[in-house]
Amino acid sequence: MTATAQQEADAPQTRSSGFTLRQYMVCLSGVVWREGLRFLHQRGRFVSALVRPLVWLLIFAAGFRSVLGVSIIPPYDTYILYEDYITPGLMAMIQLFNGMQSSLSMVYDREMGNMRILLVSPLPRSFILVSKLAAGTAVSVVQVYAYLLVAWFWGIEPPRLGYLTVLPALVLAGMMLGSLGMLLSSMIRQLENFAGVMNFVIFPMFFASSALYPLWRVQETSPVLAVICKLNPFTYAVELIRFALYCQIDWTSLLVVLGCTVAFLAGALIAYDPAKGLIGRRGGG
Amino acid sequence: MAREPALSIEKLSHAYGPRLALDDVSFSVARGSCTALLGLNGAGKTTLFSLVTRLFAARKGRIRVLGFDVNRQPGEALRRLGVVFQARTLDLDLTVAQNLRYHAALHGIGAAEAGARATAILTGMELDGRQREKARNLSGGQMRRVEIARALLHQPELLVLDEPTVGLDVKAREAILRHLRELVARGSLTVLWATHLLDEIEATDDVVVIHRGRVLACGGAQAVIAAQGMPDIARAFAALTAAGPASETEDAPP
Repeated sequence: MTATAQQEADAPQTRSSGFTLRQYMVCLSGVVWREGLRFLHQRGRFVSALVRPLVWLLIFAAGFRSVLGVSIIPPYDTYILYEDYITPGLMAMIQLFNGMQSSLSMVYDREMGNMRILLVSPLPRSFILVSKLAAGTAVSVVQVYAYLLVAWFWGIEPPRLGYLTVLPALVLAGMMLGSLGMLLSSMIRQLENFAGVMNFVIFPMFFASSALYPLWRVQETSPVLAVICKLNPFTYAVELIRFALYCQIDWTSLLVVLGCTVAFLAGALIAYDPAKGLIGRRGGG
Repeated sequence: MAREPALSIEKLSHAYGPRLALDDVSFSVARGSCTALLGLNGAGKTTLFSLVTRLFAARKGRIRVLGFDVNRQPGEALRRLGVVFQARTLDLDLTVAQNLRYHAALHGIGAAEAGARATAILTGMELDGRQREKARNLSGGQMRRVEIARALLHQPELLVLDEPTVGLDVKAREAILRHLRELVARGSLTVLWATHLLDEIEATDDVVVIHRGRVLACGGAQAVIAAQGMPDIARAFAALTAAGPASETEDAPP
């Protein structure tokens, strides 16, 4: 018998081993519940999450309506107002900010010590982190629908079915942006370092994307910027949401968002793995 | 066959880059014992707790909780382990009940069962009636007791506490240690608590003396005192650490 096999044979089995599906679900719902409570306690976060895109919609878009004409491009089958064009971008912006906010919470929790309670759960750490990601995504989806409700009063009226078909796109985009935030949070030791990263991530990702202007217009004015936009995963999150809001699927965006979600999440799981990650090497946690 | 100890640590070493925090540490904690991990600040206590609770993984050496290897079977080890960290880990914006419910969920325990257990444990900790109170409104001693209640919620067999009495007044310290000893006396729990406060040790306790990342002595408090030829634990500890290793080690941040 090998040493490993001997060790496993030696292990006692006094309690039932493993966890049931119900226990996993209890854990997931508990993490989502806690994230929801935290969101409710931070009313300023909800207000700012709502006000930020509305400022863009009501002021920026109204001001630029006459300057930035949008031709007929998929998924639109007619000329649209600029407000209609930037709405998917603003929806993705809500999720981008929320993803970064969640990661900021993780850095804060790590500094305050709350994170340790999460990390000493007996359930697999990967499941705990995915639960945390799902919780953040759920909060971001609620924010997006709140924005869509207000935008509806401003005349932004996508197809009614679009409110439903956009949901999977929002979940996927939220997971991608949340896992990016989680990956970033694993690299940041102190809360004060996070502000710089926010500026280096959020603003470049948002502005160098198709959120505010269609890529063909970017191509006309700056081919280099157009390439950067095409390399930016956020562009694909925006386009995935844009097409889904009009009951269509942009397969390229779907694949890119899926691929980036897997890559960012894998990076985050490795970074938070106690055996492989960065946390142990630095003595934090 | 003899039962596995509650905690078994074999040849455990850990370094933060070039900084050695634990150096070939080996000791075990018997089931049903109340064991103090004695060491000065920076002795390696927090690093040891971080490895036992798998905040990060041991790269050299082996840790077993109730016979389960923490690295190989983390789920089985952690479900038997209750943890109270040195730093406060309550979510201050949540109520006492919500903090406990969240912890229960992380262990796969549903809200109804968690509520029933919480009521019983909080009553035992003289915290009944505080369930709806926000954690930030509690005193330091009350917060610590809530953290202990939370750590007991999933009915662990081994409770580890990293300097649980630091920053508390004498009355709160006494209340917490009395409660821990009562839990051990009931027979279902083993307690390992880290401390540098020597007056917390009682004659019936076991002690593990750690200094600069190395274990200098372990066993019953009386036996450790007798082995050093000293009249009390304070002088035995002073004698041990004065003659202990001189190599530089550094502990993890709390």
